[in-house]
Parts: sequence; structure tokens; C-alpha cells
Amino acid sequence: MPQIQIPSPLRQYSGKQASIDIPAKTVGEALTGLVSQHPDLKRHLYTEEGKLRAFVNVYVNDEDMRYLQKEATVLKDGDTISIVPSIAGGC
Amino acid sequence: MQFMPTLTEAKPEAALSNDEILRYSRHLIMPEVGMEGQQKLKAAKVLCIGAGGLGSPLALYLTAAGVGMLGIVDFDVVDYTNLQRQIIHTTADVGRKKLDSAADKLKAINPFLNLRTFDTKLTSANALELFREFDIVADGTDNFPTRYLVNDACVLTGKPNIYGSIFRFEGQASVFATEEGPCYRCLYPEPPPPGLVPSCAEGGVLGILPGLVGVIQATETIKLILGQGDSLVGRLLLVDALSMKFRELKLRKNPDCPACGTHPTITKLIDYEEFCGIRGVEAPVAAGGDVPAISVEELKKKLDAKADIFILDVREPHEYQICNLNGYLIPLGDLPKRVSELDSSREIIAHCKMGGRSAKAVAFLKQAGFAKVSNLTGGITAWAERVDPKMPKY
Repeated sequence: MPQIQIPSPLRQYSGKQASIDIPAKTVGEALTGLVSQHPDLKRHLYTEEGKLRAFVNVYVNDEDMRYLQKEATVLKDGDTISIVPSIAGGC
Repeated sequence: MQFMPTLTEAKPEAALSNDEILRYSRHLIMPEVGMEGQQKLKAAKVLCIGAGGLGSPLALYLTAAGVGMLGIVDFDVVDYTNLQRQIIHTTADVGRKKLDSAADKLKAINPFLNLRTFDTKLTSANALELFREFDIVADGTDNFPTRYLVNDACVLTGKPNIYGSIFRFEGQASVFATEEGPCYRCLYPEPPPPGLVPSCAEGGVLGILPGLVGVIQATETIKLILGQGDSLVGRLLLVDALSMKFRELKLRKNPDCPACGTHPTITKLIDYEEFCGIRGVEAPVAAGGDVPAISVEELKKKLDAKADIFILDVREPHEYQICNLNGYLIPLGDLPKRVSELDSSREIIAHCKMGGRSAKAVAFLKQAGFAKVSNLTGGITAWAERVDPKMPKY
């Protein structure tokens, strides 16, 4: 089953879980499954128009899904999806 | 794929004195550095944006390593909350300008350093001129507007951007804006809307994390100067200190990138505060936004008069343990599902640390039909400053 890695800024909306296993065949299905399990995540990952937010990147293993087949990217067993939002801290 | 842009050619004026040869001995005996590399370091000009968490290890190590000219841009003053991680500053420096404090330490470490300090906020008006004087820019800033400003100014001036960013237990590092590699906008075309991503001041940061990430930035800076090894160009390094895992993701140069793509639309610096939704930097909410507000002095009067007031504390339980006003604790994130615990007939005063989260809570409660609810302006911090000086501030 593919595993989704949740970055720490978003863990407060995922029941404090750092990774969640979601049965899914594509990246789109996995993300839909994730936000249906954790509805609070939805507003942080998607715009009101239902588009993935521009400061949230989704990786399948080490590859940006924008350079694969985006949400239609087919997942294999053991694939890891990482949600990588921008962070700005430094001081 | 190997990315190692070449930067500085060793110049004749970068010849090393005998004192310098002794000082850099452990570099000189490695073939990857040697005399040639050390002279490249001496000829190099690095601009460090910020003398804070990331800027501390960056400046300290670059200075020790023998970088010839180091510029630092900062306009801030050292305060007590900096000392847990900004290791260039000491307790005795509290209240001093970070530039003065940093200059003392750096000169003490390496008197050969040519230090240039810029006591100013980096802005669209000064960034290009400033960057042109240097070979490499190391980004140690703490907010989105400056991140995008640094990136765009690096792209426009053709200077590599040594990037590092931290939050709580996690960090990111990369090298952006080299000729062949991606820039920050290729990775994140747009910043998050204000308020959606908490700052370090709100979310906290483990003190060692800027050390880990800042030293990675210093390493990349030095490798770029030496022209040795594989740089982080085209890779985003993710550091998770809690699980102590380092991962890397592939970064690609986006041909449609507005800054560094084939048809760039960003041809000059823009208004980055506006681009990031004005409030890119988390600031205390002065008047509690558009919600009804009450000052800490008014609250004190009401409490002294034994008025029937329900204090709602919307911070997290670990913050409540630091200090509290004896309020009823419902963290902001839990408020929607626990709203039934509140009595809408009573006067409710909501507070958090600074007034930002409680303003959201008040707005939410208003919408949920609560009529007598107001926001404590400035939060418990204002209470500690103006009503109860014995209360700790955090």
C-alpha cells in the first residue's frame, strides 16, 4: 500500500501522524483518500477551486509529480508519496 | 548528473601569507583544497542575508574557513529568545545590533576576514546593487517575501542562492539560481497565503536545527567556491532531526518558470510584501483584526471588579503550562468540534500568545452565533508586559 508522508507543519491536521498508508492506484486517489480521512487537511492542500496549492509539492519517491503524470501518476506497492510544503524559517 | 558551477579563479592578490598558511594548514594538506583552493576561498565574496539562526553557523564557518570577503545584511537587535539557537550571539550581546555582535566574534575568529556589514533591511530597492558586489548569496532569512526577493535578485544578477529553511524539527537545503539549475520559483512558484504556514516565532524551532541546516549551507558555499564535489544544484535535501533522516528530492529547472524560465516575466524586482499577501511576516495582530477587541488593561479592570467573564485560552496545552490567565483551554484547532462546551450567554474574552489565533477564534465564534465575544489585543504577552510583570514571556 502506498504511504503518504506528512510534513510537520501539517501534522496537526492529520491526527499528529507522520505517515499514513492509503490504498490507492494513483496519486490523485491517494490524495483524495487522505483528505477524506482527514478533512482538516483539505483547506491546506487545495484551493477553494479544488486545485492543489502552489506552495505544496507532491513527490512520488524522489520525483516531483509535476514531471510524472501529475495526479494520474500510477502508484506501485511500496511507493512513498511526500507532501513538501514551502517553509520560510531561518532566524 | 553532476552540477558544479565554476566561480572564482584564484587571483594573484589572494596569495597567502605564512600566518595564513599555518592557519589553513588542515585545508592545505588536502588535495581537494590545497593552495589553489585556499586562494579561491580568499578571493571569494559571500553575502549572508541575516545574522540569525542560519546566519550564525554560516558566518562562523565561512569566516573560519578563510572566505576572504563576507558581507552580512541584518537590521535586527539581539534578544533573549534568539540565544537558544543563534550561537554567534551571547547573553552579554542582548540589546546590541546583531551586526555589531557578529562582527566581534568573526574578527576574533579570523582577523584576515574582510567583513562588510549592511545595517539595513534587504529590499527591492537595494538588493541588486548589493548582490552585484558578491559571488554567492547565502539565504538565512526567515520570511517568504525576503525568500522570493533573494531568489529573484540572485536570478537577475546571476549569483548562486545557497538556500536553507527550517521549521520545528525539519529543514530544507538546496542551491538555486545557478545558470544550469532550477531556482526557488521552479520549486515553489507562489508563496502560501499569509497565516497558513506558521513562522518559527509561532511554531517554534529546535535550537540545533539552524545549526544543522546552516552548516549544510556553509558546506555548499565552500564547495561552490572550490569547484569540488557534487553540489545540491537540482536536489532538495530534506532534514528531519526527530527521525534523524536525510532525504533528497529531484529538482528540475522549470522551462515555464517566471524568473529563470525560457520566457521570464520577472525582469525586475517586484513588491514582495504584496506578492506574499502583505503579511508575509507574522506580526502581532495590533487591533485583533476586524473582530471586537479588548485591551489587557480593560480586562484587568473587569477582573478586579469581579465581572462575570469567561476567559477562553485558544493556545496549545504546552503553552498553557508556561503561563496562563486561568482561562478555559480549547486549542484553536479543536474549537469547531468543542464549541458546545462554551456558554453563549456569558461574556467570552478569547486570548492566545499575541492575539492572532484568538482573533480567528473570535471570528469563528461570531459566525457560530456568539454575541458577547471579544479578542484580547496583544494576547498574554501584552498582559505580561503591561499588567503582570512577574508573568514569564515566551
